[in-house]
Amino acid sequence: MALQAIAFYLLAAVTVASGFCVVSARNPVHSVLWLILAFFSAAGLFVLMGAEFLAMLLVVVYVGAVAVLFLFVVMMLDVDFAALRQGFARYMPVGLLIAGFLAAEMVLVSSTVAARGAAGANAIPMASGGADVTNAEAIGRVLYTDYVYFFQAAGLVLLVAMIGAIVLTLRHKPGVKRQSVMEQMRRTPATGMKLANPKPGEGIGE
Amino acid sequence: MTIGLAHYLAVAAILFTIGVFGIFVNRKNVIVILMSIELILLAVNINLVAFSVYLGNVVGQIFAMFVLTVAAAEAAVGLAILVTFFRNRGDIAVDDASMMKG
Repeated sequence: MALQAIAFYLLAAVTVASGFCVVSARNPVHSVLWLILAFFSAAGLFVLMGAEFLAMLLVVVYVGAVAVLFLFVVMMLDVDFAALRQGFARYMPVGLLIAGFLAAEMVLVSSTVAARGAAGANAIPMASGGADVTNAEAIGRVLYTDYVYFFQAAGLVLLVAMIGAIVLTLRHKPGVKRQSVMEQMRRTPATGMKLANPKPGEGIGE
Repeated sequence: MTIGLAHYLAVAAILFTIGVFGIFVNRKNVIVILMSIELILLAVNINLVAFSVYLGNVVGQIFAMFVLTVAAAEAAVGLAILVTFFRNRGDIAVDDASMMKG
C-alpha cells in the first residue's frame, strides 16, 4: 500500500509539473515535449487505477499520434514565437485570478461531496479489483455490445475529422497536370476527333 | 495511507486549472492554446476513469475513450485550420484573427 502511495504521488507530481511546464515553456517545441511527459505520467496514473487498456490507448493515441502531429506543425510553421509571448506578463494576473476562482470552486464542490459521504475520501483502494476479467476484456464486453453504435459513431467522427483536415490543407498547384478520370470517361469519338478540310498549301492552323 | 478517489480528483482538478490558466496566459499562441485544451481533456479523462474505478462501472472508461477520440479529431482539425491560417496570413497570432467579422 505504501508503494502504491509513493507511485501515485510521484506520477501525480510529474503530471502536474509537466502540465505547468506545457503552459509556461518559452519554446513551443519544449511545450510539446512536456505534453508528452504529462500524457505518459497520466497513463501511469491510469495503470495505477487499474485501467490498463485506457492507459495504453493514451500512450498510443496521444504520444504516438497527437503529440507527433503537434511537433510536426510546430516545426513546420516558421513563426517568431518570442513575439507571440508578448502579453504573457500582462495576462498573468487575470489568468491567475480565474485559475484561483476555478480551483476554489472545484475544491468547494469536492469537499462538499466528500463531507456528504457520496464520494468518501478513501472508501476503496484504487487498485484493480480481484475480478476474474481483465480490464480490456471488461471494456470489450460492453463496448461491442451495448455501445456498438457509439463506437461506430466515434469512427465516423474520426473519418469526418480526417476528411476535414485533408480538405483544409490540400493545395492544388496551378501548374501541375493531373489526371481527370471523369473527363477521360466522358470522351467519345464525337468529341475526341475533329474533321478538318485544309486548303492545299495552307495546312491546319490552330 | 490509502490512495482514494479524492486524490485522483485533486490531480484532475489541478490539471484542469493549469489548462485554463494556459489558455489565458498564452492568448496569442494558438498552438499552446490547443495543447492547453488537450490538458483539460486529459483532466476530464482522469476524472471519468477515477469515478469508473470507484463505482466499479466500466462505462466511465468507455466514455473516456470517446473523449479521447473527439480530442484526437479536434487536434487534427485544429492544427489543419492553423496551417491554413498560417498560409493565408504568414503568422499565427490569434488576437488579430478578425478576417471573418462582418
